[in-house]
Amino acid sequence: MVALKELTTEELFTSGHRLCAGCGAGTNMRMALKALRGPTIIVNATGCVEVASTIYPYTAWKVSWVHVTFENAAAVASGIEAAYKALRKRGAYDKHVDIIAIGGDGGTFDIGLQALSGALERGHDFLYICYDNEAYMNTGIQRSGATPHGASTTTSPAGKKIPGKPEFKKDLIGICAAHGIEYVATASPAYWNDYITKVRKGLEVEGPAVVHVFSPCPLGQRFDPSESIKVARLAVQTRYWPVYEVENGKYKLNIKVRKPKPVIEFLKIQRRFRHLFQPQFKHELDAIQRWVDENWRRITRLCGEEIP
Amino acid sequence: MKPSMGKIIGLTGDEAIAYAVKQCNVDVVAAYPITPQTIMVEAFSQYVHDGEVDTEFICVESEHSAMSACIGASLVGARVFTATASQGLALMHEMLYAASGLRCPIVMGIANRALSAPLNIHCDHSDMMGSRDSCWVQIYAENAQEAYDWIIQAFKIAEDPRVLLPVAVNIDGFILSHSMEGVNTLEDDEVKGFLSTRKADLKVDPDKPITVGAVCLPDYYFEVKRQQVEAMKEASEVIREVNKAFEALTGRRYSLIDTYGVEDAEAAIMCLGSTAGTAKAVARKLREEGLKVGVIKPWVYRPFPTEEIVKATKGLKALAVLDRACSFGAPYGALCSDVASALYSSGKTTKIFNGIYGLGGRDMTPSQVEDIFKDALKAAETGVVEEPVKFIGVRE
Repeated sequence: MVALKELTTEELFTSGHRLCAGCGAGTNMRMALKALRGPTIIVNATGCVEVASTIYPYTAWKVSWVHVTFENAAAVASGIEAAYKALRKRGAYDKHVDIIAIGGDGGTFDIGLQALSGALERGHDFLYICYDNEAYMNTGIQRSGATPHGASTTTSPAGKKIPGKPEFKKDLIGICAAHGIEYVATASPAYWNDYITKVRKGLEVEGPAVVHVFSPCPLGQRFDPSESIKVARLAVQTRYWPVYEVENGKYKLNIKVRKPKPVIEFLKIQRRFRHLFQPQFKHELDAIQRWVDENWRRITRLCGEEIP
Repeated sequence: MKPSMGKIIGLTGDEAIAYAVKQCNVDVVAAYPITPQTIMVEAFSQYVHDGEVDTEFICVESEHSAMSACIGASLVGARVFTATASQGLALMHEMLYAASGLRCPIVMGIANRALSAPLNIHCDHSDMMGSRDSCWVQIYAENAQEAYDWIIQAFKIAEDPRVLLPVAVNIDGFILSHSMEGVNTLEDDEVKGFLSTRKADLKVDPDKPITVGAVCLPDYYFEVKRQQVEAMKEASEVIREVNKAFEALTGRRYSLIDTYGVEDAEAAIMCLGSTAGTAKAVARKLREEGLKVGVIKPWVYRPFPTEEIVKATKGLKALAVLDRACSFGAPYGALCSDVASALYSSGKTTKIFNGIYGLGGRDMTPSQVEDIFKDALKAAETGVVEEPVKFIGVRE
């Protein structure tokens, strides 16, 4: 894993962008760019990072950066990758170019899933980073396929009858890994060296790679902006967000959470789950804990680990 | 003028487009199959797999991704082509605006086909007309030869720094896409000489970082669109220049519009694409009978050739404008509305009426065309348009 003193002090994602105070996505971007190794082009799907970092005529990006639309970052990246192959063939450009597509959970789990699947299947050499703040935060907190069970959003509100989102989170890593690509990983900004190392690894792989990083969101997950990294750490320490990687089909658990905190530690500091702490919804908290336990068992089993 | 010494090859409209693309030294093709465009991607795949081209061919998983990949490739300076039809163009719709807004000189072949519902795979122009306002230069070919010729010219038009807009070359689905003709081709070297490698002055370059596709709020968005209006205006002149250069190479004359017999005509038909061939054949017969009729075929639909149309209709007393698509709820089909605007603002009093025809691939027969000419001659004589919009050959 990368050590702090090995990191560049150069900031390629600069301050002055208009992300919210405490936004984990901004932290995730800044960290990801610490892993760059040469000429790079970023393709950013529509979403929080995109709208807040490039309001014309300003930009927070000191690397080449492209935004086209919402659902197609992986397809745009495919075109750029193919173009450099062609340009190299005709001698118009001779260096390797790293291509990073970035999308939120809406742009990845939902509307961009087809484009991502297509690009993974075709084997383009690019890294896809999904910063997952677990809802459509840019449009004002609507539920996505990544929103966890029970979370209150504006389209899965904590109602009198239905307490938040009834469905559970989609398994993005499972879907990506099923394409048989060389590298897929989860990460958390609370474990920066693991995350940055994974971004670098994703770039080094020849072919597609996916890094799925948890993105704390004070506004949408509803906690104090000072607690973003704490939330991101609790996600891991409660086993809600297992940190693992799949390299050439081999699963590896990167953070072995031997003494997990109960998931309510993670839930209770986020007001999106506040309604679940009413006595009549106790079973919902139990359901989330069961999902966490089951998911942990499934993943550790895939990793060949036994961490009860 | 030294006519090209290229071969005459039997090609369908789709194959003619694929053959032209092969000669244009394209860096990236990203495309998805759809009837009746499929032969274009099949033929091009064969060139790739036989090693006849260096092109990177991305077999994308949808037309939306096809256009997205084309945009990505175009932004970094590659020469790019795609092709589609009907539902595929509709699925691309969002990306058509992104392509022109980001000033990507992509060239696309379209085998025009009706839109669902009901499902229909045959020709009409509702696909392209549905994307009429996407700021693409829109060209309609009458036959495979024109399709071949326009594709080669399209790259030169699109990539001109005064334009930097995408160009769509339309051919009528099945009628042209699947019909074989003898096509006068150019030698590879002649195409290379006519169309040098793309030189992108403005591009996404990892060594000189720039931000492309930023959010433009009310303080800048309007100016970006205004620049596109200017680019589209510039395109008219660039097309004229490219047509001249192409004529010098091939001896084949192109312009924003094609006309037949209008110089002394009293009445004429205007239409896009292959129907113009039928209209010219009927006009020739009627002219032999002494009737003063002509045909106007816009080769270029966007930018709209207002100047050329006003000039071509100078002596006309009546004009029948044929649309192969409905603009539901509008006074006329799209082409006729544009013609009416052009004539009105130039102060002309030519009587016009609209014929909606051929939806979902319904044939337009010579006898139907003859009837339209006769209606137009009657309007020219009486100064009265009896039916402003006629539906040709439909059960009422």
